[in-house]
Amino acid sequence: MSDLINHLEALSNAPGISGAEIEVRKTLRPLLTDHVDAMRVDAMGNLIAHKAGTGASPLRVMITAHMDEVGLMVIGHNSDGTLKVHSVGGISDRLLPGLTVLVGKKSLPGVIGLQAIHRASGLARAPRISQLAVDIGAKSKDGAEGVAPVGTPIVFATRFRRVGQSCIGKAFDDRAGCAILTELLRGDPYPFDVIGAFTVQEEVGLRGAAVAAYAENPDFGITLEGTLADDMPKEDEDVSPTTALGKGTAISVMDRSYITPPRLLRHFVRVADEAGIAYQFKQPGIGGTDSGAVHRARAGIPAITLAVPCRYIHGPASLLRVSDLAATRDLADAGIRRLATEAPRSAVQRGRIRGLDAR
Amino acid sequence: MDTLELLKTLSNAPGPAGRESTVCSALQGLWQPYADELHVDAMGNLIALQRGTESGGEAAATGGRRAVMAAAHMDEIGLIVTGIEREFLRVHSLGGVDRRVLLGLEVTVHGRADLPGLIGSRPPHVLPAAERQKVLPWHELFVDVGLSEDEVKAQVRVGDHITVRQTVAALKNGRAAGKAMDNRACVAALTLALEALHGRTHAWDFYAVATVQEEVGLKGAITSAYGIAPDIAVALDVTFATQYNDSDPGVFELDKGPTIGVGPNIHPDLAKRLGEAAEADEVPTTLEPLPGSSGTDAWGIQVAREGIPCGLISLPLRYMHQPVETVQLKDVERTGRLLTGFVTRLPADYRPSWEDAMIIADGGPDGSGAEATKDVTA
Amino acid sequence: MDLKLLDTLTQTFGPSGYEDAIRDVLLEAVEPHADEVRVDTLGSLIALRKGAGEVPKKVILAAHMDEIGVIATHVEESGFVRFTSLGGVRALSHVGQRVVFHIGSDVCTGVIYLERMDPPKLPGLRNLYVDVGATSRDDCPVHVGDTGVFVGPLAQQGTRLVSKAMDDRVGCYILVEILRRLESSPNDVYFAFTTQEEVGLVGARTSAFRIDPDLAVSIDVTATGDMPKSLPMDVSLGKGPAVKVKDSGMIAHPLVRDGLVAAAEEVGSPYQMEILVGGTTDAAAMQLTRSGVPSGCLSVPCRYVHSTAEMVDAADVEHAVDVLLAFLSKPV
Repeated sequence: MSDLINHLEALSNAPGISGAEIEVRKTLRPLLTDHVDAMRVDAMGNLIAHKAGTGASPLRVMITAHMDEVGLMVIGHNSDGTLKVHSVGGISDRLLPGLTVLVGKKSLPGVIGLQAIHRASGLARAPRISQLAVDIGAKSKDGAEGVAPVGTPIVFATRFRRVGQSCIGKAFDDRAGCAILTELLRGDPYPFDVIGAFTVQEEVGLRGAAVAAYAENPDFGITLEGTLADDMPKEDEDVSPTTALGKGTAISVMDRSYITPPRLLRHFVRVADEAGIAYQFKQPGIGGTDSGAVHRARAGIPAITLAVPCRYIHGPASLLRVSDLAATRDLADAGIRRLATEAPRSAVQRGRIRGLDAR
Repeated sequence: MDTLELLKTLSNAPGPAGRESTVCSALQGLWQPYADELHVDAMGNLIALQRGTESGGEAAATGGRRAVMAAAHMDEIGLIVTGIEREFLRVHSLGGVDRRVLLGLEVTVHGRADLPGLIGSRPPHVLPAAERQKVLPWHELFVDVGLSEDEVKAQVRVGDHITVRQTVAALKNGRAAGKAMDNRACVAALTLALEALHGRTHAWDFYAVATVQEEVGLKGAITSAYGIAPDIAVALDVTFATQYNDSDPGVFELDKGPTIGVGPNIHPDLAKRLGEAAEADEVPTTLEPLPGSSGTDAWGIQVAREGIPCGLISLPLRYMHQPVETVQLKDVERTGRLLTGFVTRLPADYRPSWEDAMIIADGGPDGSGAEATKDVTA
Repeated sequence: MDLKLLDTLTQTFGPSGYEDAIRDVLLEAVEPHADEVRVDTLGSLIALRKGAGEVPKKVILAAHMDEIGVIATHVEESGFVRFTSLGGVRALSHVGQRVVFHIGSDVCTGVIYLERMDPPKLPGLRNLYVDVGATSRDDCPVHVGDTGVFVGPLAQQGTRLVSKAMDDRVGCYILVEILRRLESSPNDVYFAFTTQEEVGLVGARTSAFRIDPDLAVSIDVTATGDMPKSLPMDVSLGKGPAVKVKDSGMIAHPLVRDGLVAAAEEVGSPYQMEILVGGTTDAAAMQLTRSGVPSGCLSVPCRYVHSTAEMVDAADVEHAVDVLLAFLSKPV
């Protein structure tokens, strides 16, 4: 368990917005080297690891977790040396005022400040990102351009903390998934070959997963995510929280990007019930994950997403329960292993029903 | 080739999304002398291959040269006839048409023959004040070709396409305005590059692709990238130029050269090489930040097959998606020169790498990924 | 017309992603007439009729077997069920309609209604709920994740036919009829009953990748412009099947468009040229298969699409079969 938390800490602290995931790859590689048989970085930057199975089953299963987090990008420079920025991936503008961020490869600290409230005229509406700027202390446009040119990535400055039964940190979407995948790949071999795909650019359109699935063409795809939990106090309490902390791993039935094949869903539920692993169903129809890209690759791949419920995702600091992290790891491991014996029950009953004679 | 003449030929030719054959034919004639192979694929993309000179490193084992694909979409936005009401044509858009510029516009209806027409509007004298300023929805627009109902029905069918009737105007200071500069100006740049590369040595195979249906969903780029399966790709498209009523972030000056895109859609190594080629050939450029989709063919090409590293060169253009799109002729030439310089400088065995590029493995023809070979640190 | 088949097809359960029941029905219908029948990875049913030619080209005819439906997202303490859409479900079309959930082997009927909105405004799905007659969350038979379809039996009025799920069970019907009547074609014809069209053309995309066709045609419904105060559209009920020129996802390839027109003229079928502004079909996905596939669509004009009372004309349906048979009789 402490390994899993340690991995989460290292991964959460690593900077890596969509298109600039290098530090996350660098964090992952030494953790995987002695436990997988091959690793490669593909054309888009996905880190693909191959872990050979025992040979008991001819299946190939791909497990996906995305390395990128939402963040900002430098798009211009003001004459006073502050940086004009735009979001990469979905960030609500109202979360930005008052933040400390880290700019570029050298993680230069920067701050986002508003006009003092004493002097400001409107309070009700949060400023749009086009009205904000990051101050790194530069004094002129040239000074800023030199250290943070157009395209420079920017991440939240939040540092990981364990707080009793919970963890606080940035980018649990989806470093939680990456931590779990790391742990699975460091474990005992599976009955079949497993591909660990640490994907890029999920936040800007499930991009890395699409090419990884095309290249690897597995029999099944399991995506590990950090997903939203809306179990906070609200005006109308009798609504779905989407997922709730402390209730176990969140299994996706259907979201805006894909529908879990019913048999595959039943497989994981059966495994969870039999192993006594806590689980909940994520509210159908919310969000999208890499399964959305995997399932439609080539001739189709049955896919499912298992997620760790996280409060406050897509913001500077998210919060999760260690027990939910562990439950996700446990169900992923048990559910995947049992695909070896239960795969025919877990896929659509496909194949030739009647074929052509001697052709 | 004379840039202005080339631009006139390409801009004036009709070729709305899905109906690119006229501009495609014109382009075939222009490209033929500079291509080793030239063909039109199932979707209508025009693909020219100019073979390179050297086999590249490992690729030599299979006898192959590396291939770079340069894509510029040849389709323009236009209109399509959706119905005939008395002698008037009902229309809708092919691509992202700006309805604000349609009223009073002269068009060509490509029916049995090319018919001149115009998009009419009711006279202001009879409209209440509030109505006069309205931007009309599609179902209130109509095209008048001046013929009788019978004549119209004999010459025009539902589904016929319509283009803007506009010829290129040469403005002061080496600027030109016309319809479809998005993206014919870049097709012109690609043509200039094809011509220049014909006379230069380049190790890599060069595919020039005039793609179709970019304006309705990058369709030609997606399918041609799959078919060609290049090692890398560069897309050429237009971007927003500063104009009297737009100087917000995200616009670039005319006559300061093309922009080089950076962001998740772009492989950083290709952006770097484009920058280096620009500097070496003294082509002025600006970096263009793209936090998400570039909105160009590069977005479709990047995720073809096992992924294709992309670069993007963009030409600043004023008044986008209007009949008066304005570009700097010099910028068109610079774009062509940048692409030329980039291609000639590609080393035979070059692979775009990530800074931490460790294991580089050759994906097999079935895209199955591969085993680790060696650790190569950039 | 085989109304019994159409009735079975429209009334069989099969929302996007949960097409097992409708696939079983279609399997039984096509099996006797196909050379090869298989189910692909995401559940699409593919029936192949081999071509008679020397080197036959591959043609896909695609009709989607999924219908729009609902999936339960939350059960309130009082037993009312909240839901979201499987496919394009417009709130306004379903207020006061019935829905039936399939839960294992049980069925559970409910009423969809609208919560009070003060002041009244256009409702979204979040303003609707289903009443299955439960009195609390504990005695509600519906749970999060259960799926349902709308209730709308088949009815006939003259030549007009009304039912839920004409989109696209009428397309499936046409494919079955063609398969029954097709004696021989120079082309390999793949009859693809696709899954998950309503949620993103998923089945068409993946089955076309596997088949790798030379040409593809989807058979689906399209809207009409002949209702009171409709937006102008040159397609009307009863004026023949519509040859698609363009819709919001695809511009039909001239080869397919002109080929369908020629086929219609050959058999003397009425036909209309169609441009659909809001909506697309499986052809849009098939067109982008691999390095591109000439694709098009033959549409059945349909009023009230995505309501529980979709209306088509029997003559349009029969003509569609004739046109496609003629189309298939030539090498593509």
